Amino acid sequence: MSEDHAPTLEIALGHTLGAFALDVAFASDAGVTALFGPSGSGKTTVVNAIAGLVRPQAGLVRIGGETLTDTKAGVVVPPHRRRIGVVFQDARLFPHLSVRANLLFGRWFAPRSAPRPALEPVVELLGIGHLLRRRPGGLSGGERQRVAIGRALLSSPRLLVMDEPLASLDDARKQEILPYLERLRDEARVPIVYVSHSRAEVTRLAGTVVLMREGRIVGRGTPGEMLARDATRGTAPARSAERARRLGRWAAPSQALKTTRPASERS
Amino acid sequence: MDWLALSPQEWDAVRLSLLVSFWATIASLPFGIAVAWLLARVSFPGKALVNGLVHLPLVLPPVVTGYVLLLLFGRRGPIGAFLEETFGIVIAFRWTGAALACAVMGFPLMVRAIRLAIEAVDPRLEAAAGTLGAGRVATFLVVTLPLILPGIIAGMILCFAKAMGEFGATITFVSNIPGQTQTLPSAIYTFTQVPGGEAGALRLTLVSVAIAFGALLVSELLARRAQARVGIA
Repeated sequence: MSEDHAPTLEIALGHTLGAFALDVAFASDAGVTALFGPSGSGKTTVVNAIAGLVRPQAGLVRIGGETLTDTKAGVVVPPHRRRIGVVFQDARLFPHLSVRANLLFGRWFAPRSAPRPALEPVVELLGIGHLLRRRPGGLSGGERQRVAIGRALLSSPRLLVMDEPLASLDDARKQEILPYLERLRDEARVPIVYVSHSRAEVTRLAGTVVLMREGRIVGRGTPGEMLARDATRGTAPARSAERARRLGRWAAPSQALKTTRPASERS
Repeated sequence: MDWLALSPQEWDAVRLSLLVSFWATIASLPFGIAVAWLLARVSFPGKALVNGLVHLPLVLPPVVTGYVLLLLFGRRGPIGAFLEETFGIVIAFRWTGAALACAVMGFPLMVRAIRLAIEAVDPRLEAAAGTLGAGRVATFLVVTLPLILPGIIAGMILCFAKAMGEFGATITFVSNIPGQTQTLPSAIYTFTQVPGGEAGALRLTLVSVAIAFGALLVSELLARRAQARVGIA
């Protein structure tokens, strides 16, 4: 890679919703970048801003150097022109379409220039061949989520964003899907932003971890470092901005963040 | 059983009613879907006014609705005169006028059914379609429309049934001309006003019941099929 290679994803957001203020900036590259933090830390808002489902009050989203959101310049590319695959926590399969039609949904709308991933390898990767003719209504939670992952992959995304894809599943189902996610990470060439509040998932899947708290990024590094740092901070969710201010030490890592370099510069 | 045979004039009324109701339903469907979508999904200034206007025929005496239509669409009314001068279209005292009256009366029922169906569609599904590359129009056609199909069918049947039974607005707006604007209810009414008309009134009443029953059966069948396709049933 050349020196001026643009990182896969660059994002900077400022968004206030009532008492909650989101202020994050990070970059990610190939592989799996986990956005890790307790619920209520603003992870889903970041996902929605990347996908274009939320228009941030102030912010910048760039993918491979292409600007998707730039509020200063008044640029907000609509979701359907972004080519960002999203796997939602609640699968969101289309109930009136068969599993097969759900999987091929993105292909109907993908631009001609976009690569067209073949159905079979994805179906094989996720082990959903026996479900193709079924309707989403009859699938288990784990099956639904695997189909949702396949559907996002087949829309030939430039980036795959997974928003707590396992959070609504019981432990057995999680164990059922995790191996598929590992295969996806190792075999698919799509960079992934993986949003989670589960240490186990992040340890198992992520190459880089971006640590979020109270709408801010408080660290960025390997899963080992970040999870250790998160542990020293205690696990009790502290939600009020007031409390965050009193615990002044939280401000320090967030300042440090601004000097954090995108992973691309390491390669 | 001879008394059951319909006279040519009675056949005319039956045929005219079916024609009027069919066109009243088909022609108002695109508007019905559009208005239902606006009311369900878009907030705009004057929304309460639009909502009230759509539902007005439901609460007004039908005769009043018919008279308003006559004022607006009559040959000397502002819209009627415009249509005649520009396109040469006259609807007052024609079967097309009867269809318009029936459409206006059936419209609130149609909009209501479709609106409820649209409100039941999870907007998050539409957002998901967006992330998969479908623009707003495509999302509506491929996701929203199939999901609200049962509601659309219900709305169409309600509108059709209302049109078959519509009397007050129709007779006020387009009168009661045999072969032109004399629909089933007007014909039955006419029979009850003349001596010896009982047999005719009874025959047409039986036809009315049969058509209404048939419409109900068809709607039930279609709705079941659509729901099975949507995966609800």
